Amino acid sequence: MVSAMPAMAAPAVSESRGVRGLLIGISVAFLSVFILAPLALIFATAFGHGILPYLRSFANPDTLSAIRLTLLAAAIAVPANLVFGVAAAWAIGKFEFVGKTLLISLIDLPFSVSPVVAGLTYVLIFGAQGLLGPWLSAHGVQIIFAIPGIVLVTIFVTVPFIARELLPLIAVQGNEEEEAALTLGANGWQTFLKVTLPNVKWALLYGVILCNARAMGEFGAVSVVSGHIRGLTDTMPLQIEVLYNDYQFVPAFALASLLALLALATLVVKSLVEWRAGNLQGENA
Amino acid sequence: MSARRGIGSFRQPSIIPGFGLTFGFTIVYLSLIVLIPIAAAFAETFKMGFHQFWHVVTTPRAVASYGLSFGASLIGAFLNFILGTLVAWVLVRYTFPGKRLLDSLVDLPFALPTAVAGIALTTLYASTGWFGGPLSAAGIHVAFTRLGVVVALTFIGLPFVVRTVQPVLEDLDKELEEAAVSLGASRRQTFLRVIYPSIFPAALTGFALAFARGVGEYGSVIFIAGNMPMRTEITPLLIVTKLEEYDYTGATAIAVVMLTISLIMLVSINVLQRWSSLRTVAADG
Repeated sequence: MVSAMPAMAAPAVSESRGVRGLLIGISVAFLSVFILAPLALIFATAFGHGILPYLRSFANPDTLSAIRLTLLAAAIAVPANLVFGVAAAWAIGKFEFVGKTLLISLIDLPFSVSPVVAGLTYVLIFGAQGLLGPWLSAHGVQIIFAIPGIVLVTIFVTVPFIARELLPLIAVQGNEEEEAALTLGANGWQTFLKVTLPNVKWALLYGVILCNARAMGEFGAVSVVSGHIRGLTDTMPLQIEVLYNDYQFVPAFALASLLALLALATLVVKSLVEWRAGNLQGENA
Repeated sequence: MSARRGIGSFRQPSIIPGFGLTFGFTIVYLSLIVLIPIAAAFAETFKMGFHQFWHVVTTPRAVASYGLSFGASLIGAFLNFILGTLVAWVLVRYTFPGKRLLDSLVDLPFALPTAVAGIALTTLYASTGWFGGPLSAAGIHVAFTRLGVVVALTFIGLPFVVRTVQPVLEDLDKELEEAAVSLGASRRQTFLRVIYPSIFPAALTGFALAFARGVGEYGSVIFIAGNMPMRTEITPLLIVTKLEEYDYTGATAIAVVMLTISLIMLVSINVLQRWSSLRTVAADG
């Protein structure tokens, strides 16, 4: 009887070979059509006329200025959201307080707000007819249709990313290790740097990389506040739009290929972080 | 110690330092970057009377755009509900060559900039494209039609259902399935009565996330949509068009409609997630 049980159960808790093959086939086809084909097309079009036209795409001064502006926006937005993410994860993950769930929902808010609406809200505040617009322009400060607006909306749309990666990890780790460090005489900063940070560094790294990819790729919100001044307020995604609408497909996809590579690098880091987390779990078990 | 606790205290005492600093910073940052701009949009609509607001948000062009944004998002989210659950199942339960690669590529729509996705999908489905050529020969036009909007929103929503269902399937106790089988259930009954009820809340959460993302999506859609008022114009594009015509009031009114929907979706998703985790806990217990 005992030996008959697994023999009976084993075939019935999985599907027949045919069903399995069919389900795998549908999944692979779906992912090929929606993920692999667009990805392959980007590189195929970018290199469609060979490597030299690809490289020449980057000789366009507007393209270079778009790359510089995108790097600048990300260089401000990512550190800002890094500080925010760490602070928010510490406050929410280490303490119990009233309204915690509400605060977590508010941090997620930019995920569900349309990027176009995000851009619009900044126009309403800083635009020429906005709440602060007249005062700002009287003092010679321009935010909308200028670089500060682009940086601000980039921060808006990427607010949740680092906080979201850190929060669950900091919350499940509990407070025992920190309490031990504090009891042994460490101060708050030492406890954070030497006890908490090493436990979450991989999630932090993935959060930063994902935040960076989204910051560099933001389109809708930036499009609303940028004003589209070529060579001045066009970021990489906006310059891709300009080139594409100009029927300059090789330069458009060449620039797009850089962002696609960044996206692929982000996925590689994610896999590494998950693989590491899986290994650590295995060791602990 | 008891004096510090107090009955009305809004947080539980802890020896971990830094609550005031991190909580304060989180609130101030979130208010300045996210909450005040969103409140400004709502405040702006109070300047117009209710009748004017209602008139602006119910023009035939606006209503047609809601129909497209909601309809296409629903169809895209539904496709992902079915195929995403299938992909999650295949990735968790079966082994096949290339599985790990496909698994990591599922997140591509999160990391790839929307404008890059937009031009790639448009080129694929244009009448000269890899898919568009054969499809238009068969009389199916995707690019610059409503079907194109569905394709873009299916791409954008692809990771959500897969990534919400996958962990639930991984945690699902195989003993439950074995128990069902030993009690005489067929594989189909086991799936419908045991497996499906466990993953349904997670799949529904993924559906809601994909839908919410789709309604606000801009970058990946505007290239493939054709952008004809009344036919292929999504709501975020209508907002951008109104902004470009300096119709700030009209743009804001429609943005407030979208914001209200985002807030409702955010609350629904929170409720769904709580239901989903309760289900998982109940299944474990």
